[in-house]
Amino acid sequence: MPVMSQEKLLWAYERMVLIRAFEDKLHQLIPQHRLPGFAHLSAGQEAVAVGLCAHLGDKDFVTSTHRGHGHCIAKGLDVGAMMAELYGKSTGSSKGKGGSFHIADLDRGMLGTNGIVGAGLPLACGPALVAKVRGTRQVAASFFGEGATNQGAFHESLNLAAVWKLPVLFVCENNLYSEATPVEYAIKIKNIADRADAYGIPGVIVDGMDFFDVYDKVLQAVERARNGEGPTLLEAKTYRYFGHYEGDAMKYRAREEEQSYRNRDPITTFKRKVLSEGLLAAVECEAIEKKAIAAVEAAVKAAEEAPLPHPEECLTDVYVTYP
Amino acid sequence: MANREITYREAINEALRQEMERDPDVIVIGEDVAGGAGLPPDMQDAFGGVFGVTKGLLGKFGPTRVWDTPISEAGYMGAAVGAAATGLRPVAELMFVSFMGVCLDQLSNQGAKLRYMFGGKAKVPLTVRTVIGGGVRAAGQHSTIDYSMLTHIPGLKCVAPSNPYDAKGLLVSAIRDDDPVIFCEHIQLYNMKGPVPEENYAIPLGKAHVMRPGTDVTVVAFSRLALVALKAAEQLGKEGVSVEVIDGRSLSPLDEETILASVSRTHRLVVVDEDTPRCSMASDVVALVARKAFLALHAAPQMVTPPHTPVPYSPPLEDFYIPSSQKIAEAIRASLEARV
Repeated sequence: MPVMSQEKLLWAYERMVLIRAFEDKLHQLIPQHRLPGFAHLSAGQEAVAVGLCAHLGDKDFVTSTHRGHGHCIAKGLDVGAMMAELYGKSTGSSKGKGGSFHIADLDRGMLGTNGIVGAGLPLACGPALVAKVRGTRQVAASFFGEGATNQGAFHESLNLAAVWKLPVLFVCENNLYSEATPVEYAIKIKNIADRADAYGIPGVIVDGMDFFDVYDKVLQAVERARNGEGPTLLEAKTYRYFGHYEGDAMKYRAREEEQSYRNRDPITTFKRKVLSEGLLAAVECEAIEKKAIAAVEAAVKAAEEAPLPHPEECLTDVYVTYP
Repeated sequence: MANREITYREAINEALRQEMERDPDVIVIGEDVAGGAGLPPDMQDAFGGVFGVTKGLLGKFGPTRVWDTPISEAGYMGAAVGAAATGLRPVAELMFVSFMGVCLDQLSNQGAKLRYMFGGKAKVPLTVRTVIGGGVRAAGQHSTIDYSMLTHIPGLKCVAPSNPYDAKGLLVSAIRDDDPVIFCEHIQLYNMKGPVPEENYAIPLGKAHVMRPGTDVTVVAFSRLALVALKAAEQLGKEGVSVEVIDGRSLSPLDEETILASVSRTHRLVVVDEDTPRCSMASDVVALVARKAFLALHAAPQMVTPPHTPVPYSPPLEDFYIPSSQKIAEAIRASLEARV
């Protein structure tokens, strides 16, 4: 297990618990039609988002996916602004223009969740190029699902980043299903990490249900990137507890499979470990858990009370200038 | 059975089923068009497409006719173009028209132009079914219309049915057509019910549908907004205004004759469309009338479209964005009051 400060451990636990509380709350609110639109929840995948973002600062950019709430929270976005965005309120992180598919906070290094599968990989090469041009030690990371690795954009991005030695971490969250399609049908190799060989970059498998395994292996990839040695493809073996989208009947997978992953829940596993090894106290963990639920409840309350945008706000933000 | 009512979704499913029965070369390709591919039989066909439109086809026709794909639009769209050019009659599903960007090269540079560039030696009998439209709070990358852009491409044909009857008949024609046809299904229409004959029938491409005859003003509207325009026309009818509503269901080829004949009788034109206004179906119809029926016009043509912006998420913003019955009625009144 890697050495981590108590402060970092507390942060990691707090972020993972906050993601879970946020997603669980949405899972409860969406069937009540309390908010418009669609949501794709990431509960179960918290260790990947937090284990990666633990190594990043606000100036290190991340691109995310349709299943991106966890990435946003791990990157330090305010759950109040996120929840307001999901409610379509003017106080939302995108002023109600984007919704779940388009949550962004450039000050926090979040270049957006995304509605297009695989579109985040080329985008992440952008901030990595900026770092290269300016000679900074910033890195970029792109989260994507295993389904995205079948997109041309995946191939082109990995090759480009390899050729230019861009400081990018390509982080595949392999949760076994692209929508309803099982990974075994859509990909004929066992490990997506092996695809890295085709581009001459390292491919690393991590246990996405184990925060410490993610943290440890990402550390090496981040250092490699910051040292100018180029990109890494990481494959996190993980699982989403909920459906592809909220409302998905999940007829394509067995409940026993879900349970087997829930038995290895990343948050429970983390807590058990830090408590048994005396790294954190039970009282500290409980305080974090209570705080997370309170923060999400407050976010919901504020979002419900916030004003809707004025209709003509539709016309703003299209261009910087336009006569 | 002429009075049998089924949904738009069921009408499309029925057209696919009947055409697949009729012609063994018709195959269906797309992401999760079955769903659960490779799983035990009871877990396959989990989706039938994300909107359930292709549900049941796998069970009836088996995996050599219904192909789930990896998330690889450029790959499977190109394969569909190539298969069409070499013997099959594929129906490829693009989950949302907004994803067209991912595979546009295969359609615009390959599928649309092969025949021309090969001097007429190839044909590409491909149908691309795709989902268009907003109103479901899905934001900028899942709510676009984009068919104006596709209509712009020589070599592609494009239709956008506004009701279950047209959906079935136009899909049958699209599948039987020897050119690539983009078939645009509006997301808000899937549950719409309407009369659809059980027997197979084809509605020819290139024919508009006069939904309501009138004498004072011509409204040309597309897809779901044809229904909204009809409502506005019915409302104005009660006020004594006679509005002719034309559903321009075939975008390419466009039924110029029906539109021009109507405007030459009513002398006024309002075009209603959910696509953005620049270089669009709406501006195309206005240009058509300006070029070919200029002297018939008694007022400047009106366009009722969204603004030149992406589709917003929040309900009040999206409701502002999508033309309403009220905005259509206002444009019709403005047209009646104006005089050249």
